[in-house]
Amino acid sequence: MTERSGVEVRLENLQRRYGAVVALDGLSLTIAPGELVALLGPSGCGKTTALRLLAGLEDADGGRVVVGGNDVTGLPANRRNVGMVFQAYSLFPHMVAWENVAFGLQMRKVGAAERKKRALETLELVGLDRYANRYASQMSGGQQQRVALARALAIRPQVLLLDEPLSALDAKVRGRLRDEIRRIQLEVGITTLFVTHDQEEALAIADRVGVMQSGKLEQLDSPVAVYSRPATPFVADFVGLTNRIPGEVKFGGVEVRGTQLPLVQKDVPAGAAIALVRPEAVTITGDGDASSGPLVGTVIAVAFLGATSRVTVDLGDITVLAQLPTSDAAEHPAGTKVKLALRPDPVLVDRHE
Amino acid sequence: MVDANGSLTLVNFGHLSREYIVKTTINTFSISAVTAIIGAVFGALLAYAISVGNPKGLLRRITLSASGVLAQFGGVTLAFAFIATIGPAGFVYLWFAQHHADFYANSIWLFELPGLALVYLYFQVPLMVLVFLPALDGIKPQWREATESLGGGTWHYWRYVAGPLLAPAFLGATLLLFANSFSAYATANALINQGQPVLAQQIGGALSGEVGTFEPGFAKAIAVEMVVIVTLVTVAYSLLQRRTTRWLQ
Amino acid sequence: MAAVTRGIQQTRRIKLEAFRAVVFVAAGIFFLVPIGAMFEFSTRGAGDQPRTLAAWQSIGTYPDLVAAIIASLELAAITTVAMLVLLVPTMVWVRLKLPRLRRIVEFICLLPLTIPAIVLVVGLFPLYNWMGNNFSDSILTLAFAYLVLVLPYSYRALDVGLAAIDVKTLSEAARSLGASWLTVMWRVIVPNISGAILNAAFLSVALVLGEYTLANNLLYNNLQVEIAMLGRANAGVSIAVAVASLLFAFAVLIAISFVGRSRRVRKEAITGLTGPLQGASS
Repeated sequence: MTERSGVEVRLENLQRRYGAVVALDGLSLTIAPGELVALLGPSGCGKTTALRLLAGLEDADGGRVVVGGNDVTGLPANRRNVGMVFQAYSLFPHMVAWENVAFGLQMRKVGAAERKKRALETLELVGLDRYANRYASQMSGGQQQRVALARALAIRPQVLLLDEPLSALDAKVRGRLRDEIRRIQLEVGITTLFVTHDQEEALAIADRVGVMQSGKLEQLDSPVAVYSRPATPFVADFVGLTNRIPGEVKFGGVEVRGTQLPLVQKDVPAGAAIALVRPEAVTITGDGDASSGPLVGTVIAVAFLGATSRVTVDLGDITVLAQLPTSDAAEHPAGTKVKLALRPDPVLVDRHE
Repeated sequence: MVDANGSLTLVNFGHLSREYIVKTTINTFSISAVTAIIGAVFGALLAYAISVGNPKGLLRRITLSASGVLAQFGGVTLAFAFIATIGPAGFVYLWFAQHHADFYANSIWLFELPGLALVYLYFQVPLMVLVFLPALDGIKPQWREATESLGGGTWHYWRYVAGPLLAPAFLGATLLLFANSFSAYATANALINQGQPVLAQQIGGALSGEVGTFEPGFAKAIAVEMVVIVTLVTVAYSLLQRRTTRWLQ
Repeated sequence: MAAVTRGIQQTRRIKLEAFRAVVFVAAGIFFLVPIGAMFEFSTRGAGDQPRTLAAWQSIGTYPDLVAAIIASLELAAITTVAMLVLLVPTMVWVRLKLPRLRRIVEFICLLPLTIPAIVLVVGLFPLYNWMGNNFSDSILTLAFAYLVLVLPYSYRALDVGLAAIDVKTLSEAARSLGASWLTVMWRVIVPNISGAILNAAFLSVALVLGEYTLANNLLYNNLQVEIAMLGRANAGVSIAVAVASLLFAFAVLIAISFVGRSRRVRKEAITGLTGPLQGASS
């Protein structure tokens, strides 16, 4: 395991407004040295704004940005020594790959020969040394983004910032490049902030995931924790799939279609509520032909996802998703009646529809 | 090219070396070059001011529409507009003269080549705006931000990124302005009545026979000379244009 | 702490706005003052008399002038329609069926740019003489020559418009739904390039209305020629007409830029495309 280096990054109570619209509402976040934190959220949640404030491309209306112990809030972008990878179009079209990568070194007045040498080394790091003399227009989207990554890393920055770097790429390229980025980040050991709206991306590569909504951080935790122990209904809904099943809160838990489930939240007032149940918590216990009940229904569709399958079951008044090993799901194809059961995992409840 | 007997002759091309034609060619060249360069610089500044503004704003619409109209504006009315403004009886000149700044003290340059150059700028600058603005619009904001995050300031951005990217478009547009000025006839004719210092006027003169002799063959020779020059310029322009579209579209 | 420094971005924006203000004011002065001078001249009263719109009002009383205005407007209309009928189907067809020909068509359409108008006169003079003697000496025959002059500008404008829409997909979709080629052109393609068509039309109208060189040397009396001639007799009226034609052209172009906008808003909603403001290329 490579030694973790890199510096600590602290965002302290950042505020940003565009006229009447609040983009960031007191965001505070600490990234440990060498850690990769992913900011995840829907469009407009403020994740890109946070990144740009860290980069110095926009001015904060309040709060501080501290990199490696230094307050850089007042520093212009070109003095912050951060490496940034944009979503698209950021390579200079009139320069070949190695010239793009060497650009930051040129700004730091590194000599021509040394520049080229380091540029080629960094291109090798991202696996594109054979493309050193190609122009952006002669490369695919994935290759362009790798050059962009090399360009950001060549200057040996203190922090690496990635603004939805994979969103403009094909699905297949996205997966491969995502893992590449993580591999390189670990190898170099650089503190990284990765912004995305794709939760699969965030969960796959981050050390910690920060889920954001409307300028606020809803939860900052490891991927496993964000997925299996969501702190708020928004996180539960946004990360992974969720069944929203109406039930009633009583006796310290929530009764959902005949099953009593423990609650994640404390001090929830009794009454009607929506329980947020993960598909993995829904199991098929048997054929439903002979029985009836609140958890008996008909299979509408089975989606084959590889090792597991997702089964859509119509319970009459609502539709529920169950995720099971494919071999189990194969016994209940579309059209058959099944009986479901809910695992007694703690769940979140939501009051609104 | 065809003489009185109907057979081909190159005599008229020989006449192109007549001294006054050579002088006229030089005049036309220099006025075209001067108005092209000055028009290109001011036009580029104006285009830049437009491009950094609101892309859907009213100011942009108005300036582009005005450019579209004024780029076509020429001839008698343009000449007259300038005469009315800074001519010997124009109100701007009179105001300056009353304040002891008589700029026609040596000669009334409005009716000579310098005046013609000034008047040409009136349609050269809008033409530059129309031709150069698309290139400016093609500059992506990410390039500026990438430059900054890599440690470059404003000067670095223009010197290493935006400058080289816009250079072909700027050069191409300047060439187009040159060709435009070189071909202009109506305005020159309206402003300068004596001497016909511009090549285009020489053709007109040779055709109409009002000044000097009626020499249609010679007019054609001058015409060929002009076409050759303008064609070379236009070819150079389209080569540069291709480079621009590759980078900025 | 951050609130104390004004912020680098804000400082930069302020400097940019100052630069823009200076540029626009300077440009405004350079371009508007001569037009103001023309307007001022055309409204002068004789001797010590007050300002008057007499020159403007008397435009209608000069028969030659009125005839020239009408002739120029007719020429503009004929040239524009002919240009559209010629170019739109050809360009669409070349894009769809004959992409090899594209370079050739482009070259032909750009060729007139290399020929200064005065040079064109040299070539056309004998032709127009012959036509005048054998066919018609109506000024409307100038439309042929104007069509050639207008090609480069209109081609560029239409090309930009066609490039912004997916001609191939649109026409294939229409054809698969049973449309004839005429329907495809008229009801599918044309509405989607309306901005570019208006642009091309405007450039064509502006050019024809402002054209002097060919008309003068081929001995026809169009608007600009008549303005020049009238200028020697009654400058006020001639200037008034010139200012009027400028304002007319300006109004038309602004109107077109708004039509372009509503189309683009809808297009953006559908395809997420943004393009340069139409009218940017001449």
